[in-house]
Amino acid sequence: MRSATPWSDVFSFLLEATGETLYMVGVSTVIATVLGVPVGVWLQLTAKGGLRPNTAVHRILSFVTDLGRSMPFIVLLVALTSVTRLIVGGSIGSTAVIVPLAVGAIPFVGRLVQNILSEVHVTVVEAAITTGASTLRIVRSVLIRESLPALINAIGVTVIALIGYSAMAGVIGGGGLGDLAIREGYQRFNDRILWSTVAWLAVLTTVIQLGFTRAARASDRRRHASV
Amino acid sequence: MITVENLTKSFQGVSALNGVTLDVEAGTVLGVVGPSGAGKSTLARCVALLERPDSGAIRVDGTDITSLDGSALRAARRQIGVVPQGDSLLRQRTAAGNIALPLESAGIPGPQRRTRVGELLDLVGLTDKAASYPDQLSGGQRQRIAVARALAANPSVLLADEPTSALDPETTGSVLTVLDRARAELGVTVLVVTHDMGVVRKICDDVAVLEQGRVVEHGKVLDLVNDVASRTSSALLPAVDLNPINESSYDRVADVVLVGFAAVGALLPEAAHRFGVELNIVGGGLTRLGETPVARFRLGLNGERSDSALEWIGEAGGSVQRSLKGPQGVAA
Ligand SMILES: Nc1ncnc2c1ncn2[C@@H]1O[C@H](COP(=O)(O)OP(=O)(O)OP(=O)(O)O)[C@@H](O)[C@H]1O
Ligand SMILES: [Mg+2]
Repeated sequence: MRSATPWSDVFSFLLEATGETLYMVGVSTVIATVLGVPVGVWLQLTAKGGLRPNTAVHRILSFVTDLGRSMPFIVLLVALTSVTRLIVGGSIGSTAVIVPLAVGAIPFVGRLVQNILSEVHVTVVEAAITTGASTLRIVRSVLIRESLPALINAIGVTVIALIGYSAMAGVIGGGGLGDLAIREGYQRFNDRILWSTVAWLAVLTTVIQLGFTRAARASDRRRHASV
Repeated sequence: MITVENLTKSFQGVSALNGVTLDVEAGTVLGVVGPSGAGKSTLARCVALLERPDSGAIRVDGTDITSLDGSALRAARRQIGVVPQGDSLLRQRTAAGNIALPLESAGIPGPQRRTRVGELLDLVGLTDKAASYPDQLSGGQRQRIAVARALAANPSVLLADEPTSALDPETTGSVLTVLDRARAELGVTVLVVTHDMGVVRKICDDVAVLEQGRVVEHGKVLDLVNDVASRTSSALLPAVDLNPINESSYDRVADVVLVGFAAVGALLPEAAHRFGVELNIVGGGLTRLGETPVARFRLGLNGERSDSALEWIGEAGGSVQRSLKGPQGVAA
């Protein structure tokens, strides 16, 4: 039996993998938010009872969104190889993982956002309509601002989900914490690495979740913050 | 000024408005009343440009607003202040921020916006609540902020759908006071939908009764109370027949409506004196419509010249509605 990996090496493994995970998840979350929120807004605008109801557009958009959401991430990872190469100029490594992560998360964010926006009460929206506000203003000042706490929480949920998905990044050499746990820990029977990674992931996700919950609460002006 | 002509609207074949015609003179308050499902909200929503009527016209200050689109529609909406039914404030904005919304929509710059918001907070008596969020306000305060918001962009008309429905009597009073001030101080034309005749009693100049999508009664409140057959009079005037009286002890029994200080105060004693009759109030009572005292009394008269006394009351401005005993229609 080999002697256990020294803690100093475990730490440097964890440090590097954490950097990779945060990079992959961070960038893909930003992209998924920037593109997913408009998708959610568009879904809600075109929905029945929305500001710009349009059944045909809504159906198509819903279909594409749900298709994207039902795609297993591992399939997306492999299927998007050529697209990834086109965008980032290569198909392996952390940067290459960002493409499928972001693509997978856009419909996820879109649906979450639509559900949240649909919760804004119709009287509140109509009151804004009667002030002569443009659709853009209503989206910004009413739909999004009124739901901001819930939206921030939804982004938090997305980050946690993407950390999970990114564990499969190893398939295309993306590295990260999941990859560390599987390849260095599980496959090489290195319990110290496996369990330190698991413990660190638990800490990391908890801290991230807490951060988003705090931010959501800070943005909430309602007395009973229940999001 | 609001003119509604022959408005119709149906939902999936069910008719909600069935040829509604009414008008609200500039600077007056019209109360729209009627049973649940009569089409009151539908009417208000059509005038608020939230619902498009199937046919008919709605004119605000002479301009037909029913077929506008795009920026013309948004501009028209700014001319029409709306207090929607139910909670309608942005919960993530302060009271001041809520009032500012129409001003932002109108593209009014920050400093002017703040001045105007200050004026409106003053109008509704909530200057000290400027920085409070809706959840920190009472129902009545929220409703007053909603009125202030509706008035922010200087609309010429104000619509309110059940502005007091969820409020207790005292709070209702504070909201009605604000609506009344809007009319008195800003000269706004007000259309208020309500199921509460108390609202009509306190602030309405005119009333329109809606039933099954039709206007079944429309006119000045003070005129309608003189008409015994009107729904308005039976809803607003004190009941006369609470205590059964012994009619045989009177030569004449008649119901009379008196409007205004002079009539209520002086007419009956004067009549008794002039015609030398005994004149007793045997039923009914006194109420107030806006600032005007209004009475409906059941009178019992004894004396030879009882008919003449009743006739004189009618001529002097009272309205003798029916003679329950004696020659029918003698003075009516
Ligand atoms: N969006 C809608 N879709 C279908 N039917 C509607 C809609 N809005 C109103 N109606 C119908 O139109 C009729 C009039 O409704 P409206 O809300 O105008 O009544 P109301 O006089 O305001 O009643 P209430 O006093 O209960 O508020 C009712 O029969 C109602 O069911
Ligand atoms: Mg209604």
